[in-house]
Amino acid sequence: MLRYLYRRLGSLAATLLVASLVVFVVIEVVPGDPASYMLGLNAQPDTVAALRSELGLDQSKPARYVQWVTGMLRGDFGQSYTYRTPVADMVSDRLWISLPLALYALVLSIVIAFPAGIWAASRRGGAADTTVMGFTQLGIAIPNFWFAMLLVLFFAIKLRWFSAGGFAGWDEGFFVALKSLTLPAIALALPQAAILTRVMRSSLLDVLGEDFMRTARAKGLSRRQALLRHALRNAMIPVLTIIGLQFSFLIAGAIIIENVFFLPGLGRLIFQSIAQRDLIVVESVVMLLVFAVVVVTFIVDLAYAWVDPRLRRRS
Amino acid sequence: MKQHLWVPVLLLTAGLAGNALAAKTDLTIGMQLEPPNLDPTGGAAAAIDEVVYANIFEGLTRFGPDGSVRPALAASWSIENDGTRYVFSLQSGVTFHDGAAFSSEDVKFSIDRAMAEDSTNAQKGLFANIDSVEVIDDNTVAINLKQADGSLLFNLAWGDAIVLDSATAANTATQPVGTGPFVFDKWVQGDRIEIVKNDSYWGTPAKLDKATFKFISEPTAAYAAILAGDLDAFPNYPAPENLAQLDADPRYSVVLGSTEGETILSTNNAKAPFDDVRVRKALAHAINRGEIIDGAMFGYGTPIGTHFAPHNPAYVDLVSNSAYDPDMAKALLKEAGHEAGLTVSLKLPPPAYARRGGEIIAAQLRDVGITAEIENLEWAQWLEQVFKGKDFNLTIVSHTEPMDIGIYANPDYYFQYDNAEIQTLMEAFGVETDPDKRTEMLQQAQRMISDDYVNGYLFQLAKTGVANSKIQGLWENSPTQANDLTAVYWED
Repeated sequence: MLRYLYRRLGSLAATLLVASLVVFVVIEVVPGDPASYMLGLNAQPDTVAALRSELGLDQSKPARYVQWVTGMLRGDFGQSYTYRTPVADMVSDRLWISLPLALYALVLSIVIAFPAGIWAASRRGGAADTTVMGFTQLGIAIPNFWFAMLLVLFFAIKLRWFSAGGFAGWDEGFFVALKSLTLPAIALALPQAAILTRVMRSSLLDVLGEDFMRTARAKGLSRRQALLRHALRNAMIPVLTIIGLQFSFLIAGAIIIENVFFLPGLGRLIFQSIAQRDLIVVESVVMLLVFAVVVVTFIVDLAYAWVDPRLRRRS
Repeated sequence: MKQHLWVPVLLLTAGLAGNALAAKTDLTIGMQLEPPNLDPTGGAAAAIDEVVYANIFEGLTRFGPDGSVRPALAASWSIENDGTRYVFSLQSGVTFHDGAAFSSEDVKFSIDRAMAEDSTNAQKGLFANIDSVEVIDDNTVAINLKQADGSLLFNLAWGDAIVLDSATAANTATQPVGTGPFVFDKWVQGDRIEIVKNDSYWGTPAKLDKATFKFISEPTAAYAAILAGDLDAFPNYPAPENLAQLDADPRYSVVLGSTEGETILSTNNAKAPFDDVRVRKALAHAINRGEIIDGAMFGYGTPIGTHFAPHNPAYVDLVSNSAYDPDMAKALLKEAGHEAGLTVSLKLPPPAYARRGGEIIAAQLRDVGITAEIENLEWAQWLEQVFKGKDFNLTIVSHTEPMDIGIYANPDYYFQYDNAEIQTLMEAFGVETDPDKRTEMLQQAQRMISDDYVNGYLFQLAKTGVANSKIQGLWENSPTQANDLTAVYWED
């Protein structure tokens, strides 16, 4: 197990190094100068030059790359050109929205998908199965930003139970903050839950057809007992893979939902920073996301090993 | 005992009723863009001034709601030495938000800082004519000019010319300390900025106790936030398509005003085919402004025929000079030898006026035989390619700086109009101090650029504001990009 761990950690580090190079090169070749963007149409050339040197943009690209990477190793992500605050602070502010939102949405989708998937699988071909599958079809087909608008229309404008968007902040109290994440989390969870339900159902059905399930039934277990005790755990590998992918997606991919609910999350920060050519923010945030995805994949790998002892032994 | 019990109950009820009746003293305002930082002396983003101008920071002079220049930290001034020396006497009893006293030293510091070699002031040009700033005593400061300048007081009213304290100036981006009627309180990045009333303000105190600026970039989300009651006002409302709906609702009032934004079909005068005035004239006559205003701006906008704001007293209406006449446009193109048609680039920055307007203009140009190849750019790309690189035939952009007709006297400006006549005229305008003569010169300049068809003049951008109908005192027009809250209050 320990060797397995080391090897995974080694490939993790290599992935990060390659990613940092790619991210830097790709973002630096994008045309557009941050200093001219900040100073607008009336700025004089000497002013732009002064700002460029203040931001350190007059140094060579390799020098800036080395500075950036060594800075990150020390935990220093640099300072935003436009906001003039440390990138690390900005990112941690945004993470305190994006991470809870992603978790909230993930929990909602698991809470919906697990029972629905199990129920559908246990009544294969029946009315329950057809109904659940119909809903998942709908959940995948409905664009989540459109569903988000419907939620706003009904719960914010008509009933006025929620505000139409924005984030109150955690210092306003846990439930106040959670409340402002509720509609976005529901909007995000719907399509994820639909996908997860389908994966759960088909994966369970595969397992239910296996010989060991027949044996379990022959031992005298009821359908239900056999399903919960033997089938579920064996059906978890594809489900875990999907959950891992979904979580990575939810951290940064919520950008459209963040725009609908004007939430200051990580997705919107990247979007804004690209438009403003706040290169250092884009680079550092993308790097962090790469890191997050790599770490989530790593954790999912470990979880595989946990549910499937064969994977542990093989390494 | 019984009657004693009633007293607190009655008092409580009265208190509650009183609270319900008293007017609100806080305000939540929507803005489409979040300011990158709060230092108006270190960046051009309009959103900075939309939060801080007149609220947190003040300069020697300021713009009023009608665009006139008014005294601010300077109580009065006198002009000496044939217009080359301005002596300002300052307001007394002014303090910065951190308690430090304001004096003429701060004025000198702020202007010197903006003019300095390593200055990152986006409007450094405003100070180019200043020779020196001289402290006479604590309450008097003089500005010596290189040559007489009729626009000094106007220039000092810009948000880029505010007065800072030398002790706190460096932290202005995140911790703004000014002299204004509101104090910066809190910034939840990406979401909102909160300012609160300055209790020791030197002038007329603000009527609001607290104001919140909330940032909503999506037009649909802005609409939802207004309807859900999350916002009290959205002074530059981004979704003109549902203004009519909001106007019909008695809870909201829609305020239509003017801005300083001349929206033009900017034309590269140094590059074929538009280096030929006949082709530019053909372009001007091929454009149907009414269709563009209706199609791209939902009817909000005033047609213009030159680069000047229609609400300005010196404005000349020259729209008929480039009236829609496709036949004339075709004839002109033929005369210029482009009978077979033309293909040009049309590079569009992100705002809706450019993207939607560009599609309509391309269709109109097609009717006279000009094929406009549309290319959508981000702002940073636009600045690089069009503004700096001058690599374009046509682009659409709104020039939002007030009184910016002087750009036509700069042959290096991105549309590259090089005409010695207007250069001499604007030079003379710079040193002229007589208001009547200045007006006359401005009118002459307007005619010159209209007759030369330098750019396609489309429309003046409208300010479309939405507010709760009980709010009073918001600016109707936008003489500078600001949300001046000093006179805003809730009606009972």
